[in-house]
Amino acid sequence: MMLRVLGRPAYVYTAGRALDKKLPTVVFVHGGEQDHSAWALQCRYFAYHGRNVLVPDLPGHGRSTGPALGSIAELAQWVAGLLDAAGIHDAAVAGHSMGSLIALEFAVRNPARTISLALLGTAAPMVVAPPLLASAKANEHAGLEMINAWSHGSRAHLGGNTLPGMWMLGMNMRLMERQAPDVLYADFSACNDYAPAPAAVSGLKCPVLIIAGSRDQMTPPRAAMELSQGIAHARMLVLEGAGHALMAEQPDAVLDALIDFL
Amino acid sequence: MAGSKSFSFDTLSLHAGQQPDPLYGARATPIYQTTSFVFKDTDHAAALFNMERAGHVYSRISNPTCAVLEERLAALEGGIGAIATASGQAALHLAIVTLMDAGSHIVASSALYGGSHNLLHYTLPRFGITTTFVNPRDVDAFRAAIQPNTRLVFGETLGNPGLDVLDVPRVAAVAHAAGLPLLVDATFTTPYLMQPFALGADLIYHSATKFLGGHGVAIGGVLVDSGKFDWEASGKFALLSEPYTGFHDMVFDEESTVAAFLLRARREGLRDFGACMSPMNAFNILQGVETLPLRMQRHVENTRKIVAFLASHAAVDAVVYPELADHPDHELAKKLLPKGCGAIFTFSLKGGQAGGRAAGRRFIDALRIFSHLANVGDAKSLVIHPASTTHFRMDAAALRAAGIGEGTVRLSVGLEDTDDLIEDLSRALYASQKV
Repeated sequence: MMLRVLGRPAYVYTAGRALDKKLPTVVFVHGGEQDHSAWALQCRYFAYHGRNVLVPDLPGHGRSTGPALGSIAELAQWVAGLLDAAGIHDAAVAGHSMGSLIALEFAVRNPARTISLALLGTAAPMVVAPPLLASAKANEHAGLEMINAWSHGSRAHLGGNTLPGMWMLGMNMRLMERQAPDVLYADFSACNDYAPAPAAVSGLKCPVLIIAGSRDQMTPPRAAMELSQGIAHARMLVLEGAGHALMAEQPDAVLDALIDFL
Repeated sequence: MAGSKSFSFDTLSLHAGQQPDPLYGARATPIYQTTSFVFKDTDHAAALFNMERAGHVYSRISNPTCAVLEERLAALEGGIGAIATASGQAALHLAIVTLMDAGSHIVASSALYGGSHNLLHYTLPRFGITTTFVNPRDVDAFRAAIQPNTRLVFGETLGNPGLDVLDVPRVAAVAHAAGLPLLVDATFTTPYLMQPFALGADLIYHSATKFLGGHGVAIGGVLVDSGKFDWEASGKFALLSEPYTGFHDMVFDEESTVAAFLLRARREGLRDFGACMSPMNAFNILQGVETLPLRMQRHVENTRKIVAFLASHAAVDAVVYPELADHPDHELAKKLLPKGCGAIFTFSLKGGQAGGRAAGRRFIDALRIFSHLANVGDAKSLVIHPASTTHFRMDAAALRAAGIGEGTVRLSVGLEDTDDLIEDLSRALYASQKV
């Protein structure tokens, strides 16, 4: 469905379901240079198991009107605006990569609206390698190739996709190529510049689940562990063999973890 | 993968789509010869049926052995995914019925495999889908033939059997300017000789029976999606961008931004038309794909030697092969097919049309190594007379439009020693000229 969020049209996937205010809601926030479809193998389940799902294309991504927002703070504010536009007060929030920082900042700013928090492929700070940032600034295709190579564990580079007949690296490349120029740089800059206040993070009261891939080269599990140790109610799960593209590489393991947690 | 590059073509030919069997560690792709797959529990079953989880339910829709082949071809073509089908014809049919309804129109090259021509010219009009055929060398003709109800532009990377080289970048540009996808039959070129997606094509299909399988043991097809075409932006593909009542009002291009076409093709096309590949055939074709780069190199090397031999032979009137300077697409072939123009070509024997037909018969009957049969792309060398076999339904005018003479002989050069092949051809050429 299309909603108007903070004055601009935004696309929100709901698995084709009308929102039911009586049901609890889960918001799924995608990562940099992605759109809602990154969550395809997780969010649909919840929509058919007693939840509303709000899976937006962030501003400037997918079908949502741009420009891409340049900071995690603005994006967290946008998620609050999304809930307002949908008429939802509070929700469980799951975020991947850049989306995990958005979810984290949303929870810090809106504790009363955050039921629980699932952070996947995460690290805070989330420093972007200088060559990747430079490539993103120049809108070079080489930047997308670096992301594709580093975002998938070694197994995924040879395939064996849970989704029958689909070549994971090709799908991710095409999805990134669909995003408008400068979106990647805006996303990476937002990640690179984000520095959450340790006290605010450690003071989070809601349940927090952190899911990391043991072979993640973008946000290594040790970085996720450091974040986990800084949050009082955090639980951490490491998926053996997975890279950064957790939801595509191990869709069932991620879904099962979210079903247990959310 | 430690570096920033993905694996190369040769490596992907052997490995893409397969992890060693997690249960027993089998290195080869197991043949999952089963109709169906046991659900873990009722919730798991419901989730698979409703696409809440990915996985296999029933082998008409997907099968693990077929899925390895699908992923491998998608990887080799630079696409996002693929669907293995019962034959190349089934792949073409699946592409068409996923994109259009009755009342729709296709613009197609006139130089097509006879089976494709049959489908488009004779069969699909019964279901309300019509086709305008155009000279594949006339890019403007593609543009001129596009109608408001056109939903697809279609050609073969190398036309059959005249080896017309499709100018994929220019034809793709014409299609895209009209908001249409370009589908190419890349059977003759395989992903080794040409990468049509990199040149602008949106969809590819293969008769996997030919070079991909490579050993003449299994019929099959593969339909590959580049994931590049924006179905919603085109505004012409409600089948992919509007709610589908046959699956909970699913909007395919919202469900998957890049894979809407394959989603509908599998969830409707395989489900309802059912032209799936068998796991055994997928296994056989996978064995061929593993050696595709090596075989295609040898196919091309052998073909060049045979072409050179025939081109200078006194009994041969003409040889049609794009690497020859007198072929109309010679320059285009150098640009689009730098690794070679494949292993299939035609030539005509001296003796005029009527004499050519008789000489052709004598030639084929005298061959000992070349097998006379209706196939191409086998490891073994093959020969056929198109006008009396693969293209026999075409009248003389249609044959001419497809670049076929009544005395044309088509060879598919295999992997035998070329000295033996040339000796076989020499004897048959001598026999062909006997009065």
